Amino acid sequence: MRAGEILLEVAAMAGFYGLMTRAMGPQIRGGEAAALLRIATAPVSSLDDHFDLLVALDWANFSRFAAELPLSPTSVVVADPAEGEVPQAVVASGARIGRLALKDLARTVQGGRTNMVGLGAAAAIIGLPSEIVAAVVAGQLGRKGEAVLAASVAALKAGADAAAALPVLSRLAAPPHDGVARWNISGNQATGLGALKGGVSFVAAYPITPATEVLEWMAPALAKTGGMLVQAEDELAAINMVIGASFAGAPALTATSGPGLALMIESLGLAVASETPVVVVDVMRGGPSTGIPTKSEQTDLNIAVNGLHGDAPHLVLAPNSIADCLFTTQWAVGLAETLQAPAIVLSDQALGQSRAIIAPPREPPAASGRLTVPASYHVPAAYRRYAETDSGVSPMAIPGTPGSTYVADGLEHTERGTPSAQAADHATQLDKRARKLEGFDYGGAWADIEGEGDIALLAWGSVTGPAREAAAQARARGIRTRLISLRLLLPAQPARMAEALRGVRRLLVVEQSHGRQFHKFLRGCYDLPAEVAVISHPGPLPIRPAEILDQLAAWE
Amino acid sequence: MDDIASLTAQDFKSDVKPIWCPGCGDFAVLTALAKALAELGRPRETIALISGIGCSSRIPAYTSVYGFHGVHGRALAVATGVKLARPDLTVIAAGGDGDGLSIGGNHFLHACRRNVDMTYILMDNQVYGMTKGQASPTTAPDWCESKLTPSGTGVSPVAPLHLALASGVNFFARGFAGNPNELARLVVAAINHPGFSVVHVLSPCVTFRSEQRAWKQAVHSAAAAPAAHPGEALARFADDDGFTTGVLFAGDREPFMPARSTTMTARDFEHGFAVRPRPGALAAAPAAL
Repeated sequence: MRAGEILLEVAAMAGFYGLMTRAMGPQIRGGEAAALLRIATAPVSSLDDHFDLLVALDWANFSRFAAELPLSPTSVVVADPAEGEVPQAVVASGARIGRLALKDLARTVQGGRTNMVGLGAAAAIIGLPSEIVAAVVAGQLGRKGEAVLAASVAALKAGADAAAALPVLSRLAAPPHDGVARWNISGNQATGLGALKGGVSFVAAYPITPATEVLEWMAPALAKTGGMLVQAEDELAAINMVIGASFAGAPALTATSGPGLALMIESLGLAVASETPVVVVDVMRGGPSTGIPTKSEQTDLNIAVNGLHGDAPHLVLAPNSIADCLFTTQWAVGLAETLQAPAIVLSDQALGQSRAIIAPPREPPAASGRLTVPASYHVPAAYRRYAETDSGVSPMAIPGTPGSTYVADGLEHTERGTPSAQAADHATQLDKRARKLEGFDYGGAWADIEGEGDIALLAWGSVTGPAREAAAQARARGIRTRLISLRLLLPAQPARMAEALRGVRRLLVVEQSHGRQFHKFLRGCYDLPAEVAVISHPGPLPIRPAEILDQLAAWE
Repeated sequence: MDDIASLTAQDFKSDVKPIWCPGCGDFAVLTALAKALAELGRPRETIALISGIGCSSRIPAYTSVYGFHGVHGRALAVATGVKLARPDLTVIAAGGDGDGLSIGGNHFLHACRRNVDMTYILMDNQVYGMTKGQASPTTAPDWCESKLTPSGTGVSPVAPLHLALASGVNFFARGFAGNPNELARLVVAAINHPGFSVVHVLSPCVTFRSEQRAWKQAVHSAAAAPAAHPGEALARFADDDGFTTGVLFAGDREPFMPARSTTMTARDFEHGFAVRPRPGALAAAPAAL
């Protein structure tokens, strides 16, 4: 994994864009793992249909990854003869096999490591400048001391020299001389940064794969920006600590994955009823139950949208790229604060634990923020925390504000917050809580809409990457294709969707779930064109651009 | 801001009529709490009273301070969030034996060991009242009055004192609803004690546990000054009958409050992700490719 991160940083410093995802088993430490990279001259948001280069450090457990590592006859496979026979699946792909004694070469260097030999070979085959490789390795391993660094540099050189004898790879074009700044960031880091930029100052959370890196990045960052991260005893505590902190005035967030979201659901209803803004980031993984913790799937959509009991209007948003993790999380914090409602942000393992070289992310629309009762305000009579207003948003008194004490309540209540079981109070408060979300103007950020044509792709979250790629390939073939990627899932935006779908005759829905959760969601919320096809398969296999393109081509 | 000097106990009560049954011990807890808050003399807006679900958890609505009435069992988690986010506030959590020791038992354990500077008023009547009379975690195993457990629970009850001490609580007092003046003094002492403090209140349920009227005869004051070490308290109260009132333990652990500073802004962290192509690298790369 370290070698993959170094290779990505090298590509960035050489002026390229790129993406690195990772595939790993359930091991605690070590064990089988693969770093999957794509290097390109423009930003990329998905892996390609096959890999051009596979450096196999060993073949043990390769079969567990084989399905995630598609190869073609133009691919080059670097195989170490010491690791035994090349697996049949690799041979069958027709890829060119280049034999390189990685382990033996590592042994020729004092303290040399096989992965550094492989990295040197990979960089040479791709054509990345060796001096940049050496500089990045020095930057990342320098702290480990001169001996380690010298061994690494020697191992890199051994790999690069030996690679000269291997088959030639179809070469990358020159990197763009665009002078555009680049960021090297993972989705989970971008989520954390988005939260921080959105103003979050309190995080409580319970560790869970694949969300933990959000928390690991945020803990020291919060401590330096006047906030804090608290490790809670479980997800029930985490969501309720966050609700408490927000009630007390601090913009607050927790991050979790499916099992944790399930535990938090009851209290998300409390946030709805008590009108307490909170953000829950769910980095989705394969489910149900413990499922596949280390691999991605878009299958928490149902629970995020429909999991709350009662009529409980709330926000659900989904980032659709690594860069967008920042945009969408920051936007979600602003919306939750402005609308005094909980927001669920559905990221996933494929975004969260992947790393990309990107252009600096754009900023979400400015949020007006939480409407509070000013400290100087003289409340004439009893303060009405849940007062009916045109927008449905009522001024919130933060503890410490004199003259406007109240009790926030998960029981249905009057405008003052006094518990009430009366039909009229229930109807009034239900209307108010629905109105404040449905009546708000979310602007153009509700979806990314790209291209024109009477064929449209409708996607959300991480499958937007391959959908975007397929749309670009289709356009290059003369197939006019529109891409609609929803960022705001709840509340639904029927008028905007009707506009986005205007003129569309055929619609291809793309999602990573076995139960077609997204398609069912769309059917429940929107009027869709007469002809709809769905590409839907479960994780952990990513959706590939080619299967989307095949459907578009069949239609054309 | 409140004119502190003139606030009476009555000023800490609201005009909302409690749902409690006539004779419920919780009325006396409300009276004692209001008296304690008046005695502490802090402005009403600087106090937050947090509860979960149950008869006793209704108490915030009957006071005039900031309140949060959340879901069942999570009062201590909400209160922890309030206090950590706003150390300037006086934070009190309140609730019953089912809320705090059954559905919320895990949070009780961790609140004791986390030791955030706040106070928990645990109103114990050994029964679920709101759901009409089922056994709670503090109910004796041979109590047969519930239709759910007609032969008794057959399960040992939790001893809140022992559980709290074993979990690292920093202050533990026990009071009786029948003695609201003593209870008010215990609440004041608990709030003034740094760290997590528990006031375990024997608060009779006259509706489902009318035999608890006899608690008046059972309670007795602690004979000695509070123990200062958990082991000492555990030894002293190993055979406690559950009716000893007073401050039973007062420890000196440092309260939990994460350090924070404002040396950076969110935007400062963007620089850490920026990649600066090496001078010459862009020119060199095409040749190499």
